[in-house]
Amino acid sequence: MRRYLPAVFLFIGGLAAWELVVEIFDIQGFLLPKPSAILAVYWEEQSVVWRAGRVTLIEAVGGFGGGTVMGMLVAFGVAHFSPLRQGIMPFAVAVSSAPIIALAPIFNAWFGSTNPVSKMAVVAVMVFFPVLINMVRGLTSVDSASVELMTSVAASEWKTLRSVRFPNSLPFLFSALKVGSALSLIGAIVSEYFGGPRRALGVYISQQASFLKLTHAWAAILVGSILGLAFYLVISVAERLIMPWHPAFRRADR
Amino acid sequence: MTALRISDLGMTFDGKAGRLVALDGITLDVEPGEFVSLIGPSGCGKSTLLRLIGDLLSPTAGAISVNAKSPRQARLDRDYGMVFQKATLLDWRTVADNIRLPLEVMGFSRTERNRRTKSNLELVQLDEFADLHPWQLSGGMQQRVAIARALAFEPSLLLMDEPFGALDEMTRERMQMELMRIWSRTGITVVFVTHSIPEAVFLSTRVVVMSPRPGRITDIVPIGLGQPREFATRKEERFFELITAVREKLRGIEQSGDQP
Repeated sequence: MRRYLPAVFLFIGGLAAWELVVEIFDIQGFLLPKPSAILAVYWEEQSVVWRAGRVTLIEAVGGFGGGTVMGMLVAFGVAHFSPLRQGIMPFAVAVSSAPIIALAPIFNAWFGSTNPVSKMAVVAVMVFFPVLINMVRGLTSVDSASVELMTSVAASEWKTLRSVRFPNSLPFLFSALKVGSALSLIGAIVSEYFGGPRRALGVYISQQASFLKLTHAWAAILVGSILGLAFYLVISVAERLIMPWHPAFRRADR
Repeated sequence: MTALRISDLGMTFDGKAGRLVALDGITLDVEPGEFVSLIGPSGCGKSTLLRLIGDLLSPTAGAISVNAKSPRQARLDRDYGMVFQKATLLDWRTVADNIRLPLEVMGFSRTERNRRTKSNLELVQLDEFADLHPWQLSGGMQQRVAIARALAFEPSLLLMDEPFGALDEMTRERMQMELMRIWSRTGITVVFVTHSIPEAVFLSTRVVVMSPRPGRITDIVPIGLGQPREFATRKEERFFELITAVREKLRGIEQSGDQP
């Protein structure tokens, strides 16, 4: 717990500074509301913003799951057939650095803007590429001696994949999933700015902002941040549970 | 039946830097239960020879037979136990599960897997450490796990590529004693690559001296030390004489190599 203390102090200090700056320079509430004002609105609007948060979270998690499963499946294929790897990987790296969120209006046109599937599709594409790239790296960067060992006992490709390559790829997969968990909420909210289900977080934020009710928008952003953080934490905990052997989690005393 | 028969073996690599003759005209017979060391300066192809025997590489000339079979068939029949310089244990498996891995590959029943894992852990005296993970062990202990893993499925031929090369001198001597104890208990045939002269002499029934560029066998030195090898063996006069003999052969290679 102790190592989180500096972060907690910094967070509280930051909020206090924000509050003070708005007070001292007399900044208009609709430009930058005080944290205390945001919290007050949040308290009032709690049930509305959390219901919106739930809609968006379902989109984010759905897209995240779909993108992860697709990314892993393609990675197994690509890692297995090296000609495929040489063809696909440069392309995948190029696409993953493109602004995929820009596809949101197109997916809205394809699947309908109020359909959650259009948001899931954006999120899935955003998550797919980091998962694919990292997973392929993890499956192929196996210690050559481990592979020789499996060869020497005439192990099947499948057994080598299951016992050596796949566990070896887990740390790579999880670093993609951690990036992906944050990306997926960004993807869902931003694509909702281009139209989405009536009660979604992104729709709420953009509507409130257009009425200049920025404090309400901030309250919804707060919910989005909490959800993003929670998603990231869930992935981190899963990482620890699934690979306690990883150097980052090792304890000398077993 | 001869455990290992190598006749007129050659290995040539065609790389970007041109053609490299790694091995040329290698002929060697190893009888069951022998302990044969391959020794020579780096680049003499001793590790390549070991990989050819284990069917991790295919020769470009000549033939190898293992228990009267092709190396490929021998590998498919799980005749080889291999131990490398690095223990190459899987971090995500416990010590016991690492030893279990080849047994899983070979489809042994659960009870048989457990029985063999337990008895081989006892063989390398690591039974207390079964549930630890590899990173919690010292280098010497990790290498003992690798040996237990190689022996668990009772291969007929143990191929070892500088298995103690990364260990400190004290650990190394202890591991050599351990290996001698295991070898005399199991009666397994061993081919052992090393660049340590005392190690080769202490362990082997025969030491095969190799020369580089191209890799050839220049001498085979029978090691007439009594069995079992013990701590006191290292103090015997005969031990020092044999070390000197092997060293002379290796010096001979170096000097002939110096000439244009």
